[in-house]
Amino acid sequence: MSYLELLKLASPEAVVVLTALVVLSIGLLAKRAMSACAFVAGLGLIISIGAILPLPAHETLFGGMLVISPLTSLFQIICLALAFFTILLIQAEKASRHPGEYLALVLLATVGLMLLVGSEELLMIFIGLELLGLSLYVMAAFDKTDVRSAEAGLKYFLFGSTASAFTLFGISVVYGMTGTTGLAPIAAKLATTPIQPLLAVGIVMMLVGFAFKIAAAPFHLWAPDAYQGAPVPSAAFIASGSKVASFVVLGKIVLIGFAPAHGSAGWHAMAAGWSPLLAALAALSIVIGNLVALVQSNVRRLLAYSAVAHAGYTLIGFVAGDREGFSAALFYTTIYAVTLVGAFAVVGIVRRDTGGDNFSNFSGLASRSPLLAGSMAVFMLSLAGIPPLAGFFGKFYLFSAALHAGANQALLWLVALGLVGSFVSLYYYLLVLKAIFVDAPSSGVAEPMEHGRSDFLQRATVTVLATAVVFLGVMPNVLASRIVAAIP
Amino acid sequence: MIAWTIYLTFGGAVLLLVLPRALARWIALVATIAGLALGSVAFVATPIADLTQFRTIVLAPWVPALGMNYHLALDGVSLTMLLVTGISAVSTVLFSWDVEHRQNEFFFWLLLVVAGCYGVFLSADLFLLFVFYELVIVPKYFLIAIFGSTNKEYGAMKLTLYSFFGGMFVFVGILVAYVSGGSLDLNQLSQFEFSPQLQSWAFPVLFLGFVVLAGIWPLHTWAPTGHAAAPTAGSMLLAGIVMKLGSYAGLRVAMNLFPQGFEMWSKWIAVLAVIGIVYAAAVALRQRDLKFVIGYSSVSHMGFALLGLATANALGVSGAVLQMFSHGVIAALLFAVAGRMIYRRTHTRQLDALSGMNLSHAMPFAAFAFVVAAAASMGIPGFSGFAAEITILIGAWKTYPVAVWIAGAGIVLVAAFTLRALKLSFFGEKRAQDEVTKDTAVNRKEFNPITIPEKIGACMLMLTTFAVGVYPKLLLDRIMPAVETMRFLK
Repeated sequence: MSYLELLKLASPEAVVVLTALVVLSIGLLAKRAMSACAFVAGLGLIISIGAILPLPAHETLFGGMLVISPLTSLFQIICLALAFFTILLIQAEKASRHPGEYLALVLLATVGLMLLVGSEELLMIFIGLELLGLSLYVMAAFDKTDVRSAEAGLKYFLFGSTASAFTLFGISVVYGMTGTTGLAPIAAKLATTPIQPLLAVGIVMMLVGFAFKIAAAPFHLWAPDAYQGAPVPSAAFIASGSKVASFVVLGKIVLIGFAPAHGSAGWHAMAAGWSPLLAALAALSIVIGNLVALVQSNVRRLLAYSAVAHAGYTLIGFVAGDREGFSAALFYTTIYAVTLVGAFAVVGIVRRDTGGDNFSNFSGLASRSPLLAGSMAVFMLSLAGIPPLAGFFGKFYLFSAALHAGANQALLWLVALGLVGSFVSLYYYLLVLKAIFVDAPSSGVAEPMEHGRSDFLQRATVTVLATAVVFLGVMPNVLASRIVAAIP
Repeated sequence: MIAWTIYLTFGGAVLLLVLPRALARWIALVATIAGLALGSVAFVATPIADLTQFRTIVLAPWVPALGMNYHLALDGVSLTMLLVTGISAVSTVLFSWDVEHRQNEFFFWLLLVVAGCYGVFLSADLFLLFVFYELVIVPKYFLIAIFGSTNKEYGAMKLTLYSFFGGMFVFVGILVAYVSGGSLDLNQLSQFEFSPQLQSWAFPVLFLGFVVLAGIWPLHTWAPTGHAAAPTAGSMLLAGIVMKLGSYAGLRVAMNLFPQGFEMWSKWIAVLAVIGIVYAAAVALRQRDLKFVIGYSSVSHMGFALLGLATANALGVSGAVLQMFSHGVIAALLFAVAGRMIYRRTHTRQLDALSGMNLSHAMPFAAFAFVVAAAASMGIPGFSGFAAEITILIGAWKTYPVAVWIAGAGIVLVAAFTLRALKLSFFGEKRAQDEVTKDTAVNRKEFNPITIPEKIGACMLMLTTFAVGVYPKLLLDRIMPAVETMRFLK
C-alpha cells in the first residue's frame, strides 16, 4: 500500500491535525486572535467531515489499526459535529489568554476521538485514549485564574492516569493470553479456548479503565469536580465527545473482541462474563448518580451526577449484548451528548452574565431570556425522558432492547431499576426548571449586560441544539435508522 | 378530520409563543372552540355503526425499525371523551379570561395539556398513546407552580411526581406488552393472546400505573393537594379531563390487552374503588377549604368510574365512561365557581369565612351555578351524575351486590358533604354587617360582578350536564356498542 493511498484513507484525521497546527501558529503570531482561530478550527472540522463522506464504505488497514466502515464514518461525523459545537461555545468564555493553544488542544482531542472510533486494535485504541485524555487534562485546567479549574484538571489527571494504567495492564494481559491485539483475532481465540482466570483479570482491568472514561460508578469520583471546575467548553467536551467515543469503543471491545465471554446478567440466570460486570456497573451508576444528584445545588455538579446515571442507562444497552442493544446504546449516548452540549451552552451564558452556575443564578431566567429558558427546559426534560423529546425515545429504545434480549424478560430487573432511576431524576431536573421558571430573580444577580455579535452565535447554537433535541424526539427515525444500518 | 383536534390545539400553542400578548386569549379561545366544533361535528356526523370498532382514521409509519406507527383511531368511547375535552377546554379558557400574569405562557401550557388529552383519546398505538400521556404531565407542573395559589410549589411537585410514579409502571407494562406481543398497535395487540402468567402481573402493573392519574385510593392524595394549589383553569382541566386519562387508558389499554389479568384482579379494583368512594366522601365532610372539598369529591366520583370498570359488564363499563364525561363537566363547573367566582372576589376559600359573607345575595348567579353543580354532583335525577351513577350501580349489582350497598352509602355521604359545602359557602348564617367586615376585611358590596365570559362558560357546562341528564341515551347509544366489542367482555 502506498503512502498516498494511506493518506487518502486517513485524510479526515490528517485534516484535523493540520488544522491544529495552523491554529497553533496563528495563536503564536497573534496573541488575541480568538475569532480567527475559532474560524479556522471550525472550518477544519467541516472540511474533515467533508473528507469522510467520499471514503470507501469498508476498508481495514494493518490488522484493524484503521478501520473504515459505515459505523466509524457515522460516529466520526458525530464526534466532529460535537467538537464543532464545543468550539462555538468557546467564545462565551471570558477571552482566554491563549485561544490558539486551547483550540489546538480541542482539535487534538478530536483526533483522539476519531482514532478511538476508527480503530479495532487495542494498541491504537490506547493511543487514542491517551491523546484524548492528555488533551482533556490540559483543557480542564486551562483557566489559570480559577483555582477550581486547577482542581478539576488535577483530579481528572490523577484519576485518568490511574485508569490508563489499569487499561494498559489489562491490554498487556489480554495480549499475553491471546497473542494478538486485534479485536477480531481476540474473539476468534476466545471462542476456541475456555476463559482462564488471568484473562478474566485482563478483561476486568480494561473495563475498569473504560468505566472511568464514561464516569460509571464507582469510578466517577472525578466527574463532579471536572464538570464544575473546568472551563465550560472543556466540560461540555468531556461530557459529550469524549463520552460518545468511549461508548463506541467500549461497545466494540466487548461486543466484538470479547463476544465469546459474554456471560449473562439475567436475574435468575447469572453467568460469569463481562455482561454481569457491566450490569453491576450500570445498576450502581443509576442508583448512586440519581441519589447524589438529588441534593446538589450547583447545576454543573448536578449535571455531573446525572451523567453518572446516564452512563448507567447506556450500559444497559451493552448488557443486552446484541445488535439492537448496541444501536440503542449508541443512539442514547449520541442524544445525550447533543443535549449536554446544549445544556452547557446555556450554563456558559448564564455563568458569564451572572458570575456563577448555582440554582440561584438561574432563578428568573425565564423573564431574562425566554429563549434560553425554553431551550434549557427542552434539555432538562429530554434528560428526564419526557416525550416528545429525544431522551424519551432513547430510553424507550434502550429498555425495549434490554427486554428483547434473553428469554423471559431476564433483564427486567435492570430495566425496572432504570425506570425508577429516571423517575427519581425527574425531581432534580424539575428543581432546575423551577429555579428558571418559577422562582423570582434573586437579588444580587447583575442585570444582563449588552452583548455583541459573539453572543448571537451562542444563542444560535443553543437554539439549533434545542431544535435538534425536539426534532430527534419527534422524528427519531432520522438518526436511529442510520445507526441501525451502520451496525454490521 | 377529527385528528385536527390535536393539530389545531398544538398549532395554537405554537402560535402563542410567537404572537403578541394581546392576541393570547383569543388564540386560545379559537383553538379550543375549533377542537370542540370538530368533536361536535364528528359526534353528529359519524354514524353510530362506525363507532362500534376502534376504527383507524390516520395511519403513517413513524419508526419502522421498532414497529411504531402514527396511528389514530376513533370509536364511541373516545368520541365521548373528545367531546368532554372540548367542552372543558372551552369553558376553561372562558374562565381564564382575565389572567394577566405571563398570559402567553399560561395559555401555552393550557393548550399543551388539552392537545395531549386529545392525543391520548385518539391514539391507537401504544407508544403514541404514552407520548401524549406523559406530554400532559409537565405542562401541569408549570401551570400550577407558576400560576397557582395555596402551597403551589409543593402541590405541583407532588402531583407531577405522583403522575410520573404511575407513568413508570405504565412504561414497564407497555414495554412488556410490546416485547411479548411483538407489536405496538392496540388493535393488533388486542387480538394477541398473552400468556396467563404474564397477564397476572402485567395487568395490575399497567392498570395501577394508569389509574394513579384517576385518583385511585390509596394513591389519590395528589388530587386534593394539586387541585387546591392549581389555578382555576388548572383544577378545571385536571379534574375535568386529566383524571379521565387514567381511567380511559386503563380501559383502552390495560383491560383490553390483558383480559385474563383483568378477570383475576377485577374484584380488588372494585374493593379499592369502593373504599375510594366512601373514604374520600368522608374526608370531604371534614374539610374547611372549599377547593379541598371539591378535590376529595373528585376522588369519590372517580371511584364510581373505577367501580364501573371493575364490573366487567357492558352496562357497568358504559356507565363508567358516562361518569367520566359527566364528572368532567360537573367538576369543571364546581371548580369554576369555587376558584374563579368565589375565590377571585372574596380572596378566601375557607368555608368558615365564606359562611359569614352571605354570598347567595352578593352573587346570585354564582349561587345558582353552584346549586346546579351540587345537585348534579349529588346525583339528583335530571342531571348527568344521576344517569351515570345509576348505570354503574345497575351494572355493579350483577357482579358485586355488596359493593352497591357500600357505594350507596357513599352516595349519602356525597350528598352530605355537598350540602354542607353549599350551605356554608353560599347560604351561611347572616351576620351583622360590622362583623362581616371585621372577619374578612372585604365588603360584600364591592364584589366585582360576574363577567360575561364566566356566565357563558358556566351556562355551557350547566346545559351539558342537564342535557345528558335528561337524555343520556345520546351518549350511551355511542358508548355501549363500542364497549360491547371490547375483548374483556367476551
